[in-house]
Amino acid sequence: MSEKTAITLHINGRDYAIAVEPRRTLADAIREDCGQTGTHLGCEHGACGACTVLVDGEPVRACLMFAVQADGKSIRTVEGLADGDTLHPLQQAFMEHHGLQCGFCTPGFLMLAVGVLEREPDISDDDLLDVLSSNLCRCTGYQNIVKAVRAAAQQMRGNRPAR
Amino acid sequence: MKPAPFIRHVPKTLDEAVRILGAVAAEEGRVLAGGQSLVPIMAFRLAKPAHLVDINEIAELGRMSNDGKMLRIGALVRHAAFHKPVVDNPLGHLLAAVARAIAHYPIRLRGTFCGSLAHADPSAEWCLVAATLDATLVAHSTRGARTIAARDFFQGIMTTALAEDELLAEVRLPLLAPDTRFGFNKFSRRAGDFAMSAALAVYRLQDGKMTDVHLGVGGAEPSPRRIPEAEAVLAGQAPGDTVFRAAAEAAAQAVEAMEDHQTSADYRRDLVRAVVRRALEQSA
Amino acid sequence: MSTQSKGMSWVGRSIRRLEDPALVTGRGYFTGDLAAAHWVRFVRSPVAAGRIVKIGAPESAMVITAANLASVKPIAPLLHKFNYKPVAQPILADGVVRFVGEPVAAVVAASEQEAEDIADAVVLTIDETAAIVDGRAALAADAPQVHATVPGNVIVEGAHKTDGFDAAWARAHRIVTVEARSHRQNATPMEPRGGHAAYDAASGRITLTCATQMPHLMRTAIADLIGMAESDLRVIAPDVGGGFGQKMSLAAEYVLLVWLARQYKSSFAWREDRRENLIAGFHARDQYLTLAGAFDADAKLIALKADIIANVGAYSCFPTTAGIEPLMAMAELPGPYDFRHYECRARGVVTNTCTIAPYRGVSRPVNAFGLERLMDKAAAAFGLDVVEIRRRNLVDRFPYTTAYGLELDEASYRQTLDVVAKAIDLPAFRARQSEARAQGRHLGIGFATFCERTGYGTATFVERGMAITPGWETVVVSVDQSGLVEARIGASPHGQGLRTTLAQIVADELGISPDMIKVVHGDTDRAPYGWGTFASRSLVISGGATLIAARKVRTKLLKLASHILEAAPHDIVLEDGTAKVIGTDRSVPIATLAHEAHTQSHLYDGIEPGLTDEGFYDPPGTFSNACHVAIVEVDIETGQVKIEKFLVAEDAGRIINPMIADGQVHGGVAQGIGNALLEEIIYDDTGTILTASLADYLPPTARDVPEIDMHHLTTPSPNSVTEAKGLGEGGTIGAPAAVINAINDALVAFGVTIDEIPATPQRIRAALRNLSSPSPLWGAEKGGV
Repeated sequence: MSEKTAITLHINGRDYAIAVEPRRTLADAIREDCGQTGTHLGCEHGACGACTVLVDGEPVRACLMFAVQADGKSIRTVEGLADGDTLHPLQQAFMEHHGLQCGFCTPGFLMLAVGVLEREPDISDDDLLDVLSSNLCRCTGYQNIVKAVRAAAQQMRGNRPAR
Repeated sequence: MKPAPFIRHVPKTLDEAVRILGAVAAEEGRVLAGGQSLVPIMAFRLAKPAHLVDINEIAELGRMSNDGKMLRIGALVRHAAFHKPVVDNPLGHLLAAVARAIAHYPIRLRGTFCGSLAHADPSAEWCLVAATLDATLVAHSTRGARTIAARDFFQGIMTTALAEDELLAEVRLPLLAPDTRFGFNKFSRRAGDFAMSAALAVYRLQDGKMTDVHLGVGGAEPSPRRIPEAEAVLAGQAPGDTVFRAAAEAAAQAVEAMEDHQTSADYRRDLVRAVVRRALEQSA
Repeated sequence: MSTQSKGMSWVGRSIRRLEDPALVTGRGYFTGDLAAAHWVRFVRSPVAAGRIVKIGAPESAMVITAANLASVKPIAPLLHKFNYKPVAQPILADGVVRFVGEPVAAVVAASEQEAEDIADAVVLTIDETAAIVDGRAALAADAPQVHATVPGNVIVEGAHKTDGFDAAWARAHRIVTVEARSHRQNATPMEPRGGHAAYDAASGRITLTCATQMPHLMRTAIADLIGMAESDLRVIAPDVGGGFGQKMSLAAEYVLLVWLARQYKSSFAWREDRRENLIAGFHARDQYLTLAGAFDADAKLIALKADIIANVGAYSCFPTTAGIEPLMAMAELPGPYDFRHYECRARGVVTNTCTIAPYRGVSRPVNAFGLERLMDKAAAAFGLDVVEIRRRNLVDRFPYTTAYGLELDEASYRQTLDVVAKAIDLPAFRARQSEARAQGRHLGIGFATFCERTGYGTATFVERGMAITPGWETVVVSVDQSGLVEARIGASPHGQGLRTTLAQIVADELGISPDMIKVVHGDTDRAPYGWGTFASRSLVISGGATLIAARKVRTKLLKLASHILEAAPHDIVLEDGTAKVIGTDRSVPIATLAHEAHTQSHLYDGIEPGLTDEGFYDPPGTFSNACHVAIVEVDIETGQVKIEKFLVAEDAGRIINPMIADGQVHGGVAQGIGNALLEEIIYDDTGTILTASLADYLPPTARDVPEIDMHHLTTPSPNSVTEAKGLGEGGTIGAPAAVINAINDALVAFGVTIDEIPATPQRIRAALRNLSSPSPLWGAEKGGV
């Protein structure tokens, strides 16, 4: 074990003052040190995207970043997506379009989609499909995830729901 | 799959970074930029650096500039910076076309151009770009700065000319003439996977003829490189199916194709043939 | 006999899932979310075969080895038939290692990182011995023997031959053969396995929370292996991040966790990492299937000969045993086809590879792949189109007893074929295909018609001769005094949406809305004993038991209501949470009835107190069916296959929730596409695994799975009280066959065949390259690429 560093993670608007080893990944820190277990670990080598969170608005693989690198940065996870009892349009769309089955990959897909749609609200359907191919889902066959994200994108743009 | 322990250093300037790297290099010190290649191999404990010199807080390394001749890309410029053309020059469009083929969106937001070069995966898109365009790489250490030509930089699978205490601080790519045409093609099992072969074709079209031809192949050999045999086929010719096929064949014959358990040298040559021709077709 | 509600019935509607609100807000609860006092890291064998000489552990580290586990029995499941040779798998390797990834020692530390640091420092000295990796090679006389108890490496062998087979074979007009090879896969649930065992000082009990599909059987098995009272062990399957069969088999790692918790009276956890999952989390599908079909002059299959070699890996999985793959292949190979004569030899072969266990589809993806290739090859041989050959051979009368002896219930084999054939417009496709060919583009179409045995009860497992005979399910439905309903079930869903579909079934019976119904599962302290969720069984069997239990509760509610409302039970309906007398405004809330049943039961003659009843269901099984069609384009220069279109016509009887049913098909097809094109666990000749990361093992992404065009047919099953059939596995069964047929169709002009899955670009190119030269690929003709 190496020495621990004191850092503060701002997760979903709340400060978590924690002490971690430099080798602690951001994903582990969010889950273990801050107790926010909605972010999941599916591979720990950047291939599956289950741990995707937003760091300063950018969707990143939290398993490929060290927690110390996120010191003082603003982090958003699935727990912060809803506004109180009002679900985010993406959460709503995933339920309406059956974009989840076991739900393990869902937080990663939600954060990936939120991240890209906030950064590029007018992203084309085809580019969106490229972005969604960043993460793995084993249950849904993706069709309903794609449908849900496209529908939410429409709604987030303030248009009528897709199809 | 938790990385082995290490000591993290967080320099604020390039000078400080090379000083620290100089001090820890001998004790398995490594540079951490985007981490999108290094952290996975640390997770598998295939790499266990005792020190990481984290350069993410060195503002000067995030710069990109051009002086009308060269595009200078600092060590912290991320792949995603190239999603849209960074310079109003064929080079900007070339980099944008290639950037989209790199891994996946979240990876592109973190991973860096220079980090990709320093990692020197034979399949990496930016390594192919650097080799094809004869990039100049700038390495810094406590001994000062030196420039390395791309052709000398890549020395095999994940092996470069960088000394262990050297930090790749900048890459310089030549801006391209306005009449430059380019094409890029990559073959991978799935979108976003590492290329099993990729080709970048860049040339000037003057009086209907291809000149100043740069034809690079990546993913087929331990390092990406220009293929002079294919360039010779193209130089001075008008773009067209026959000459493209001949160049593709020349490239396929010229490569010392890598083999692995799944992929024979023959297959790799098939891919080279395909990606070279397709890159050329795209350029035309 | 559902409620004659004025509203619609809940069954048959695509209502939103009750599971979802927690899962989309990050409030799901998975095994890995639990904190523990101690973390366990397994030291795994780096070699495929050898004798352990020394386990060198760092001073002061807590390292458990086989020497510590003398009191724990090995995992040794049994089959009483098919010449099964028992093998024993110690919880930690005991002197001998048999595959790369086998747990040899367990390191215990305060954190995962520290445990991994210590495990890294453990030095294993192993005397390597010769390993055998390939199932066919393991049959050679001089092949290394994986277990002393399994001479010749054949752990199980089934054989079947119908009376009169030879005479039928002799009548053949034409023999068509297929040599199909299915390489090895990993189910790859997004959540790897994991367990957490905690000791409770007050009760002395252990609670094992783990990613399992079979919580009760885990309890039974682990208590037995450790030698503890089963009632002292509670097993919880919380939210489970996909299973696909991989999480139904007993993990030796879980046994160790319970042993540690009991021994050291504390909490111990293990989270399998992705590398462990890929090398040691059970594999599947590694088979050679050789088929020969005897056809009469009308292209009608009259007899089928099959040889199945299933590489079952190093050990026998619990509870299904190493017999699961070869024996299921033998029994279900005839599929939906009408022929009377069948000869089959099916062998399970042990090798120095990760143990094979059930994975979605179990053998049937390979069966369908082989049989559908046979149909396409027969079509070519007879000059028929691929629809016509199937039309001539599919079963069209029910019930039908297959050449192996399985009874097929009502289904729609020809109809599903006709539906997709019409939707795809085969003649139009053929025209497009030849146009494309003229431009050097190679399109192909592939059909796959198959049936999927689902919802089968005890009798089927008895036939397999399993020492553990699963099959039935029990469900307890109770209404509490607030009017909320609980259905406690023995099934253990992990993504299938069973909390929703079972609630829909109960809702119709009790006249309340599904969100008032909690389906309780995955906790052996709360749920009745049951077998869990696997084999496309839960909606049929647990759903059937739910319906039976709910009907009993309904009868009692009507009886009570009849007392209170002074009307005959048949004049009362249950709807919108109340009991109403038809044609009047007299009604009583169901909550009131529940309250009365619990607190005022003395007022009602002939009614037992409470509102709880139990349903038990053990059906014979029912076959759902489907026809899949894939249209692909093969890039003949690179060997890359792109799926342009995918159609499914499926028939799973009565559909409880169409949205969920479609989701099952989508997910199954995606896994089938992975099976057909991408996913392969690869060992080198020494048994070293080369695909230990998700950069090397390639599940499909959103880019690799096309939108699936779904068509529905409904043939209710007489073998299912809900009239529903299972459909969890069908997608994976049909898709590989459809895709591989399409690839072959695309390549027909080159005269090459690909009978190997995954059909990787390397394999496709190798087949094309090996054509007699000069290769047409690089010929002079324009557009010939």
